[in-house]
Amino acid sequence: METVRKQFDDWEAKTLQPVLDRSPERHSEFKTESGIPVKRLYTPLDMEGCNYGSDLGFPGEFPYTRGVYPTMYRGRHWTMRQYAGFGTAKDTNRRFRYLLEQGMIGLSMAFDLPTQLGYDSDDTHSEGAVGRVGVAVDSLEDMEIIFEGIPLDKVSTSMTINATAPVLLAMYIAVAEKQGVAASKLMGTTQNDILKEFIARGTYIYPPKESMRLVLDIVEYCMTHVPRWNTLNIAGYHFREAGANAIQEMAFTLADAIAYIEQAQSRGLDVDSFAPRLSYSLGCYMDLFEEIAKYRATRRLFAKIMKTRFQAKNSKSYLFRIFSGSCGSTLVAQQPINNVVRVAMHALMGILGGHQAIHTACWEEGFALPSEDSARLALRTQQVLAHECGLCNTIDPLAGSFFVESLTNEIEAQAAGYIQKIDDLGGMLAAIESGYIQREIQEASVAFQRRVDSGERVIVGLNAFKQEEENETATEELFEVDASVETIQCEKLASLRKRRDPENYQRAMGTLEQAVNDNENLMPYMLNAVRAYATVGEICNLLRRQWGEYKAPIYI
Amino acid sequence: MNEKNKTRILIGKIGLDGHDRGAKVVARALRDAGFEVIYTGLRRSIKEVVAAVVQEDVALVGLSFLSGDHMTQVARVIDELKAAGCPDVPVVIGGIILKHQVPSLKEMGVRKIIFPGTPLTEIIEDVRAIVEGHDA
Repeated sequence: METVRKQFDDWEAKTLQPVLDRSPERHSEFKTESGIPVKRLYTPLDMEGCNYGSDLGFPGEFPYTRGVYPTMYRGRHWTMRQYAGFGTAKDTNRRFRYLLEQGMIGLSMAFDLPTQLGYDSDDTHSEGAVGRVGVAVDSLEDMEIIFEGIPLDKVSTSMTINATAPVLLAMYIAVAEKQGVAASKLMGTTQNDILKEFIARGTYIYPPKESMRLVLDIVEYCMTHVPRWNTLNIAGYHFREAGANAIQEMAFTLADAIAYIEQAQSRGLDVDSFAPRLSYSLGCYMDLFEEIAKYRATRRLFAKIMKTRFQAKNSKSYLFRIFSGSCGSTLVAQQPINNVVRVAMHALMGILGGHQAIHTACWEEGFALPSEDSARLALRTQQVLAHECGLCNTIDPLAGSFFVESLTNEIEAQAAGYIQKIDDLGGMLAAIESGYIQREIQEASVAFQRRVDSGERVIVGLNAFKQEEENETATEELFEVDASVETIQCEKLASLRKRRDPENYQRAMGTLEQAVNDNENLMPYMLNAVRAYATVGEICNLLRRQWGEYKAPIYI
Repeated sequence: MNEKNKTRILIGKIGLDGHDRGAKVVARALRDAGFEVIYTGLRRSIKEVVAAVVQEDVALVGLSFLSGDHMTQVARVIDELKAAGCPDVPVVIGGIILKHQVPSLKEMGVRKIIFPGTPLTEIIEDVRAIVEGHDA
């Protein structure tokens, strides 16, 4: 190392300095997107103190820096997961059947905002939003239509649903029952990550404590009744979209995971009995090396947390399985076709970062609903990278890069610092309730915008390389969601309320209310209620009456 | 200038949409530019927003829309403002708004439409021009 140091000093003095004297560099300092200073050159000197075995290790082994599986993409590629939402249950059913005919076995469901927020389609809150950003589900009837002719023991279904996840999962189980499929055979995922909703995505209903109770009800119920279900997908993606930097995204995701695991333990659950069913989402932003370092650092820090903080024994509990998505906020409305390049970079980061599933955005996302052509292009982007670029022949190809390893270490250290701070504040729930997390993200968001406005952060087409009047492509029919969806749903609801057995319904709602007060796991009672055709809105309103609605602290 | 003399701006989120990164960044920029800014938080009803406009005596209302329901919501806001006796409070909207919707929005009475990628400095200038009554 001494030799290298000497050689480095010589290089700086004899080769570098004369050039710097003649022509200075483009900037006085270089930084990653999250503000980590980047040196001119990384050398073995930056690897001093690195212990290969304990810092990097081998794929599929602690600390999982190099990947969660021993063969990674040599065994199989990541899952290319594209999703979309459709107005009515019938439309969704048609689309699902088409996808299944094409050989897909993983379905992905997006729900409209009323369903996500526990309002029926005929609630005044729902006006104008029914069927808009996903399918409208009011009662078990809708779920029956969505999955008609789809054998639920053969498919896996991923549901982007949080505050109302218990109700929707109950409906899924009830549809399976009607098909004669036991809950123990069901496969899929409920997002069910309410903490990030309080911070970023906004579809929370009840106060944090009660919301956490519902999250854990699913985790606990599925352990025995739906053992193949991924109960909770803990997401950092949304923090990033709200303006957080890479370090905050990583730290807050892990802090959320810690909060959920602690809650589960406080119910007396053994960490190794539920942790293997947890999965994670992170975003793909624009700084390639920083993002890759983030994924590697997150895997490592998570494994350390599982080992030291939670004393997990099952090796599956240590796996930080990543589902990633292009951050929509990196896409630019000006000269939008350029977004194709940005999305390809997102996929590249995901691949070099060793992700288990990748979603690539469509180039017009952010100002339009994607067309079929652009949705196909987004998928083809992943396929080109998977098959043409030699990216999948060896595992974690950037390991050993002086720069990437150094960045991985730095990001891990800074994220660990954040987690310490959150511990000091009393944990993630307290940090959210006090507004600390929201403030941190808001400051990062404002700082980023300032850098864009000043031109320090170049965004091609937006604040540099601008072009006169870009043509707005194919926007005529956009957002023109069929207004009849709302009418159809409202009529179905009115008819359902007349047709369903009132005694059955009353009894189911009565026992649900009792279970709320008795602090029982609500899943079996929700299941009874949806079997009696209680609606999403009716069940959620019952809980609203008991628990109230949460008003989040506002910080600008 | 003390708080009392500052011009008051209300930034609001109406409907169920949970995206408020843009609304909050704009709110902060306006506050830093010397305005007094009230941000409503997520999921306010039109009635709540209009009541706040009346009570707080605001000089301008800024609304952010990212889930595509602005055409119906904006028309209602403007009607409610009229009904509440403040038809002159200028309404500015921002978010994902399509160019071909601009004429209808202007016809409804929207004073200014802010598209994605607009620099904060430009937004501040526009807002100042509107509240001082010398916008084009």
